[in-house]
Amino acid sequence: MPAVLETVEQVRCIDVDQYKYGFVTDIESEKAPKGLSEDTVRFISAKKSEPEWMLAWRLEAYKRWLTMREPTWARVDYPKIDYQNAYYYSAPKKKALASLDEVDPEILKTYEKLGIPLREQEILAGVVRPEGERRVAVDAVFDSVSVATTFKEELKKAGVIFMPMSEAIREHPDLVKKYLGSVVPTSDNFFATLNSAVFSDGSFVYVPEGVRCPMELSTYFRINEANTGQFERTLIIADKGAYVSYLEGCTAPMRDENQLHAAVVELVALDDAEIKYSTVQNWYPGDADGKGGIFNFVTKRGDCRGVRSKISWTQVETGSAITWKYPSCILRGDNSRGEFYSIAISNGHQQVDSGTKMLHLGKNTTSRIISKGIAAGKSNNTYRGLVSAHRKAKGARNFTNCDSLLIGHECGAHTVPYIEAKNSSATFEHEATTSKISEDMLFYCRQRGMSAEEATALVVNGFVKDVLQQLPMEFAVEAQKLISISLEGSVG
Amino acid sequence: MNADVRAMKTPAEQALSAAFAAARGALPGKGAVGTLREDAFRRFDASGLPHRRIEEWKYTDLRALMREAKPLAEPAKTKGVVQGLSGVEASRVAIVNGRYEPDWSDFNAGDPGITLTELFAFAAEQTSYRLGDVPGKDDTAFWLNTAFMTGGVVVRVKKGVCVEKPVQLAHIFASAAAAAMYPRCVVIVEAGARLTLIESFDGPDGIDYQVNSAIELVIGEGALVDHIKIGRDGDAALRVSTLGVTVDAKANYRDFAFTTGGAVVRNQTFVRFGREGTEATISGATLIKNRQHVDNTLVIEHAAGGCTSRERFRSVLDDESHGIFQGKIVVEPHAQKTDAKMASHALLLSDEAESDNKPELEIFADDVQCGHGATAGALDNTLKFYLMSRGIPEDQAEALLIQAFVGEAIEDVAHEGVREALLQASVKWLDARA
Repeated sequence: MPAVLETVEQVRCIDVDQYKYGFVTDIESEKAPKGLSEDTVRFISAKKSEPEWMLAWRLEAYKRWLTMREPTWARVDYPKIDYQNAYYYSAPKKKALASLDEVDPEILKTYEKLGIPLREQEILAGVVRPEGERRVAVDAVFDSVSVATTFKEELKKAGVIFMPMSEAIREHPDLVKKYLGSVVPTSDNFFATLNSAVFSDGSFVYVPEGVRCPMELSTYFRINEANTGQFERTLIIADKGAYVSYLEGCTAPMRDENQLHAAVVELVALDDAEIKYSTVQNWYPGDADGKGGIFNFVTKRGDCRGVRSKISWTQVETGSAITWKYPSCILRGDNSRGEFYSIAISNGHQQVDSGTKMLHLGKNTTSRIISKGIAAGKSNNTYRGLVSAHRKAKGARNFTNCDSLLIGHECGAHTVPYIEAKNSSATFEHEATTSKISEDMLFYCRQRGMSAEEATALVVNGFVKDVLQQLPMEFAVEAQKLISISLEGSVG
Repeated sequence: MNADVRAMKTPAEQALSAAFAAARGALPGKGAVGTLREDAFRRFDASGLPHRRIEEWKYTDLRALMREAKPLAEPAKTKGVVQGLSGVEASRVAIVNGRYEPDWSDFNAGDPGITLTELFAFAAEQTSYRLGDVPGKDDTAFWLNTAFMTGGVVVRVKKGVCVEKPVQLAHIFASAAAAAMYPRCVVIVEAGARLTLIESFDGPDGIDYQVNSAIELVIGEGALVDHIKIGRDGDAALRVSTLGVTVDAKANYRDFAFTTGGAVVRNQTFVRFGREGTEATISGATLIKNRQHVDNTLVIEHAAGGCTSRERFRSVLDDESHGIFQGKIVVEPHAQKTDAKMASHALLLSDEAESDNKPELEIFADDVQCGHGATAGALDNTLKFYLMSRGIPEDQAEALLIQAFVGEAIEDVAHEGVREALLQASVKWLDARA
């Protein structure tokens, strides 16, 4: 059945031409020389005053990258990226910030405009905070550097380490050495290897044994400079029995040329630990004719290393000209659990190729994938996912549901699931129809006098809300603004 | 690491090149057919055997599975018999070692509504049909078949004719030594005609012969075609079968692939719905054990609107067997009101068995109903318990459940006799297991 009018209207409202975050902050910045070479890598490493081992790590990645080729398997089509025609490092001028007051007011204004609270004092004083709202610690990454991290002191009291990656390399080299690259090795894939060589900043989180992180942690990424790629690297470690919820947001100015964003996120959950990672991705998607926009090539992977550990990915993807992103879980520990909830909306000329991988290695591991794709305009929206059970993953269970909705006849929606079972006790279920999951719910609604369409709309709406509810409250509001879309007329 | 990187030629690829160089002058069919062969081989030579980096062949890596290329099979020396389907009376067309053998066949030539011509005789005498111009023509295995095709038949059912007796295209390997055969058949069912087409593959156990077969099936407007493919190859055989189907308006097409034999089997089916209003069911059942490897790959192109297709596959995997299902439904722009549903279920009877499922959807039209479902798992213990609590021994309870599981797929076969024969074959497979 075709989409209802209301849905069509709502998707139009998030049209690419109405990108709200497209402004540019006028600020002086310091850049690495254009292009990519060993010198660029050395330059970045020196800028960050990194120890020798880190530089060696980067150089090794760079050498490997030179031998690799850009992957072509995804259903995305884009002009060849000229890796020499971009800046790999750009930082606002002014260094050694002692307090937030020293941050360039222009940058503060930028974040204010984006609605990101950096003024810790005000928040603490409760000036701008409505009653009952939870506090969020923010790490603000502006182009290649982290400009501010809030609530550091309070987190320190709880034992939680939350700081820019560049600081962590200096202050906690042992932790970084132990975990960096242990989930996404430098040789993982073309974009991850590039990131390993040139990553500039990102967030580092360590939650010690038994600690429940007292507040949500968040990083807000902003690309400002033209012709600059952003390569951040995030590493989150939840030690035994720890819990942390982490949010990530991103925006960029409207520009005619494409900009590259190639991030790597690594999560490590030890015994009984839980990590919840939420993203609202709203990079500039390009204009209505498909000009400009961010190329988003991201490698995100979580490792449920300990028994009974849990990693949950939630993503709301509305931005970027190209999205190439597969947040995955390696379910190594027995009884560990992986979750992936995704809503991907594409419009204009956007191309989304996103999904997840659930690799069941331990016994009795479970995973759940809920993916909703909505394609409008001339966009293409692909779900690509792998669920596999290793020979020794006895009792592995997976449930996958991926639905997509097409609005208009010029867009495309595609599903490419790979389901690989290597032992008989694995139970995998994969479905891509809305009616199938909710036969009894539909029946219940019909029984109470609703039409079939109304009933479907109600059930499916409830379902999307379920995904949205996986987001922490602060983000749920933002995401809900982006999508309050009914999904009837779904196709697999 | 990328697909376009051409690795060194494997021994099998080298052997194929050598075989083509040696045989090109002697292979049947001159003129246009010769050009077709040369062109196909050139394309094959440029790409090599498909391997796991080629997405469509991800799970059936021929470069690894086909260690050597066997020499072309010689024509059979002695007359043999065609194994039919028990209880099914059919017109039998024997294609032995890749060549049509009239002596082995039992084809009713008395019916004026249906004609049978040898492939190259057909190619020489007519020009309206373009050999090889079918969906799937860009597949590597199909190129290889075109390059080496040694024979086959063309079956033509005339407009409005209802062929009562099923036609069986029996592919038989009959040699004492391992060899390779490349049969190619064309089946044209004209507007409003009806045909039940059985395709069978037989060969001796213990000989690692190779089969690369292809069928071009053209279904006219309003025609009704049932195609049943039975894979009973010998236990060491390697077979790749390509089926390219074009379907006209308001036709009814049912396809069923039943596979129990062979060491490595790949059934690849390419269907294109070119005009509106067609209904199709493409299904299959696979029962395998030991180290068998069976791959069912489909590409269904909805190029016109208003067509309905159902794809249903079931596989039972025992021991260390490996079952693969790859199904791709493509709905082209403007193919509105398409209704396509695909389901694939795998039953794993052993911890060493492996099931890989890839049900793909590629949709470019908005007013469509498409979906897919896929499951993989072991037998339901509660069902087994139910049966056992009623006094049925464990092995029988298991057999009953498996039979029910496969039976659901076999029910898609419309021809009663064939359906019965397939059910019997699955019971036989289960008995052998016990």
